[in-house]
Amino acid sequence: MTPRSAFLLGMRALLPMLLGVAPFGVIYGVVALQSGIPPLAAFLMSSLVFAGSAQFLLAQLVGAGAPALLSIGAVGLINLRHALYSASVAPMLHALPRRWKLLLAYLLTDEAYAAAIPHLLADPKSPTAHWLLFGAGFALWAGWQLSTLVGVLLGAQLPADLGLDFALPLTFIAIVVPLIDSRAKFVAALAAGAAAVLLASLPYKTGLFAAALAGLAAGAFLQRVEKR
Amino acid sequence: MNWLPLWLVCGLITFAIRYSFIALEGYYRPPGWFVRWLPFVPIAALTALTVPDLLLVAGKLSVGGDNPRWWAGLIAIAIAARWKNTLLTIAGGFAALGLLNFLR
Repeated sequence: MTPRSAFLLGMRALLPMLLGVAPFGVIYGVVALQSGIPPLAAFLMSSLVFAGSAQFLLAQLVGAGAPALLSIGAVGLINLRHALYSASVAPMLHALPRRWKLLLAYLLTDEAYAAAIPHLLADPKSPTAHWLLFGAGFALWAGWQLSTLVGVLLGAQLPADLGLDFALPLTFIAIVVPLIDSRAKFVAALAAGAAAVLLASLPYKTGLFAAALAGLAAGAFLQRVEKR
Repeated sequence: MNWLPLWLVCGLITFAIRYSFIALEGYYRPPGWFVRWLPFVPIAALTALTVPDLLLVAGKLSVGGDNPRWWAGLIAIAIAARWKNTLLTIAGGFAALGLLNFLR
């Protein structure tokens, strides 16, 4: 695969998710303004922090006058799960120059990781794997900047709820289900899903991180048992 | 309010989390359990992210007729398992949701 075709493949894999991300970005812009954040600051948060659910929370905490340290801690907790993506792609990016690693780490969101990972797993030694991840990351980044800008410009008006956000879980389903090719992976999915529902009320989405860990442990455990 | 420093610190923390293992790769020897857990990251993390979206309505578990997203999600899972096609899964899921909402 050429760098160009890998980049385009990454973009294309992410495209359906923008259907769900765009309304989310618009709503973020509106919520940020309603929290009393100036328009420029609301827009710049999208490139400086670049993390959907963390931005919502940060905007609300700032609006409520929360202490800065609390806001910083909350953003760290909510984004903790990204460390798992970092560990997952690290071996594939090992040989890259540092500027590439910095760029891809900045762009490593739920969506970019999800869009790229089936392709990365299918060909982990591909010399253009980084272009694929870059394509997915850039598509999400551009869509996020644009949609938050629209939200900031719209101001007080929330977009009509068309149910488009359902595109996100549907795309994740389309990505995850074909990856389940063993009993251990099936059990990992069951454990992670059940734990995520049970722990959903934990603050700052820490339940998500804990549920992912539960899935990892369950899958690895079953794999060991089966090998014996 | 002085927002720029706060945004910068929050951005740096987010970036540090995403860069963590990418930066460390090659500088440490991961323990065996870590290496065995790693192949399950895509499935475990993305499932944890998705399932609450399907099963929770306003924070409460709901698998009845008042939660069409759950049933449409199940149909999407079946389509994804059978045909392994992204666009078909998304289209099928939206079609199922539209139909269920219409019948309700």
